[in-house]
Amino acid sequence: MKRKLEVSELIFKIVSYVLLTVFALMCLYPFLYAVSASISGRHAVEYSEVVLFPKDIQFEAFSMMFGNNMFWNAYSNTLFLTLYGTVWALGVSILGAYALSKKRLLFRKFFNFFLVFTMWFSAGIVPQYLNYLDTQKVFRSVGIMDDKWLVVIAMGMAAMNIILLRNAFENVPSEIEEAAIVDGATEFQILGQVYIPMSKSTIATVALFFAISRWNGYFWARQMISNQNEHPLQVFIRLQLEQYTDPEQMAGWNRAYASDSVIYALIVCSIVPILIIYPFIQKYFAKGTNVGGVKE
Amino acid sequence: MKGNATDYLILDKATGTYRESPEQAVRDDVEKHYWLNVGRAIAKDWRLYVMMIPMLLVFLFWRYFPMYELLGCFKVSDTVLPVSEQLFCGVSYFKRLLVGGDSLSANFWMAMRNTFLLSFYGLCFGFPMPIILALFFNEIRSNAARSVYQVMTYLPKFMSTVVMTSLVTMLVKQGSLIGQMGIVSQALVKLGLITEEVGNAGLLNNPGFFRAIYQISGIWESAGYDSIVFFAAIIAISPTSYEAAQIDGAGKMAQMRYVVIPCMLSTIVIMLITRIGSLLNIGYEKVLLLYNTKTYVTADVISTLAYRTGLSGGAGTGIASAAEMMNNVVGMLLVIGANTIARKASNTSLY
Repeated sequence: MKRKLEVSELIFKIVSYVLLTVFALMCLYPFLYAVSASISGRHAVEYSEVVLFPKDIQFEAFSMMFGNNMFWNAYSNTLFLTLYGTVWALGVSILGAYALSKKRLLFRKFFNFFLVFTMWFSAGIVPQYLNYLDTQKVFRSVGIMDDKWLVVIAMGMAAMNIILLRNAFENVPSEIEEAAIVDGATEFQILGQVYIPMSKSTIATVALFFAISRWNGYFWARQMISNQNEHPLQVFIRLQLEQYTDPEQMAGWNRAYASDSVIYALIVCSIVPILIIYPFIQKYFAKGTNVGGVKE
Repeated sequence: MKGNATDYLILDKATGTYRESPEQAVRDDVEKHYWLNVGRAIAKDWRLYVMMIPMLLVFLFWRYFPMYELLGCFKVSDTVLPVSEQLFCGVSYFKRLLVGGDSLSANFWMAMRNTFLLSFYGLCFGFPMPIILALFFNEIRSNAARSVYQVMTYLPKFMSTVVMTSLVTMLVKQGSLIGQMGIVSQALVKLGLITEEVGNAGLLNNPGFFRAIYQISGIWESAGYDSIVFFAAIIAISPTSYEAAQIDGAGKMAQMRYVVIPCMLSTIVIMLITRIGSLLNIGYEKVLLLYNTKTYVTADVISTLAYRTGLSGGAGTGIASAAEMMNNVVGMLLVIGANTIARKASNTSLY
């Protein structure tokens, strides 16, 4: 049944469309501007002739960056941290969450509290830093000299993600597990062949949370990784920003492109991989917020 | 003696004497051999407990050991000695921060105020935005068009803090030999919102603009993404509710007032309580990347103050820990309080 829109509804609809369009364009504009500014000529960027579209197109800022070994180094370091960090954190979380999801686990309340308390109270930057320094010493004494492994192993575990997994495992019907037990499956087989396949989407969501936080990680990587060949991309971008926007350092700049273009090119390079996989992962993100309201 | 004697004793009719009931025998057995039974249960399910070990160790080493290091706030800071061997100095650091009367104490109160204000403004301006966005999304009937809008508005959430702050820095940068002021500053000058000198000096160098930049970039970053949960609440409303309201002659505003808002209320309340609970847990990374020496007055929060005093050659780790201790204890009380209220209000607990 088609009904004529009332005047108030029509007005609200128009207002919604207009404001949404404005907001969406505002969300997008900085990225478009970054792309344009990264490929515009020096004069156009320095005298703000670029507003939306690029002017005097050059690709030298990009080619200079692609020719920089440090950039590729930083990129591969980020890939390293993201890959190993996600695998480690996800593995530990799945095993722990599986045990926590079992009603027959003794002291279950205590273990849950052990996790949840870390969400209520964190020690803060300074004690955390002292702790990481001690960890670094221990790691070095057992022969792990790369600080990358410290970042992978010691950082990025999140109680919230474990609880999301635990809730997903609790929702797996116990009859299926009983059937597997009757068939003589061991605990690890039950986890690998019943629970993990049945909670795929939650696991994907949690893996995504871990991966994104690894890809974006900055502060602790900068504090703890002393060798600059091991810096991840985020630290690299920040160091370049501090250098290339310093007017005193850039006074003698004599390239065909503006120093700003280097920063914009870096920004573009760091978001392109995310843009490529964004359409595929977006639905998992939306799901993640829906399961956010957990109960204890 | 508690309870009724027949609970645990049975009258044996044949001999006329009381004997222990079988249930009580089991109960006694459980009590007597509690740890033995625990051991047996663990031995039976040992795989389960082995699975938990990595997780427990990670949390112990890198979440709970730092809490132990936090005890350094009661001890004389020493770069060589571990916390356990440092000299106890009571609450002197706390006293110095709270009522010290020196610049450190002044900085502490300034940071406390900034922490609170940044969160509070976030609550006032950042919190309603996703709700409004969700209401707008609901007006778009075409799924394809709505997905386009959603993809566009979620996008900034996927950028790292470094990329986001780098973009912000570039968009409002100062004018200099290597370029004019940032494009957003120029737009603001054209609109007459700021003067040319202010724009040229760089908005991030001006303490008066830090809070606005922080909030606006926060809305830009997460309003779209945060609207997901509210939008989910709106699409859960049955169409019959709208139809009933329309038959009763409700216009758009009346429908909002009497249908949409009441149905969203529980979601809004939960999210609001969570926000209030995390009022003092401000993301230090973003502040650290956006502030500079000129904007400490409005930008410095407890974590960044602790970072400067504790890590980059300040007054020491002890006093920095003391500042964080106060912030985090109050923060924890807020979280627990908020959680309790949420549980009472809606029977859904957040943790």
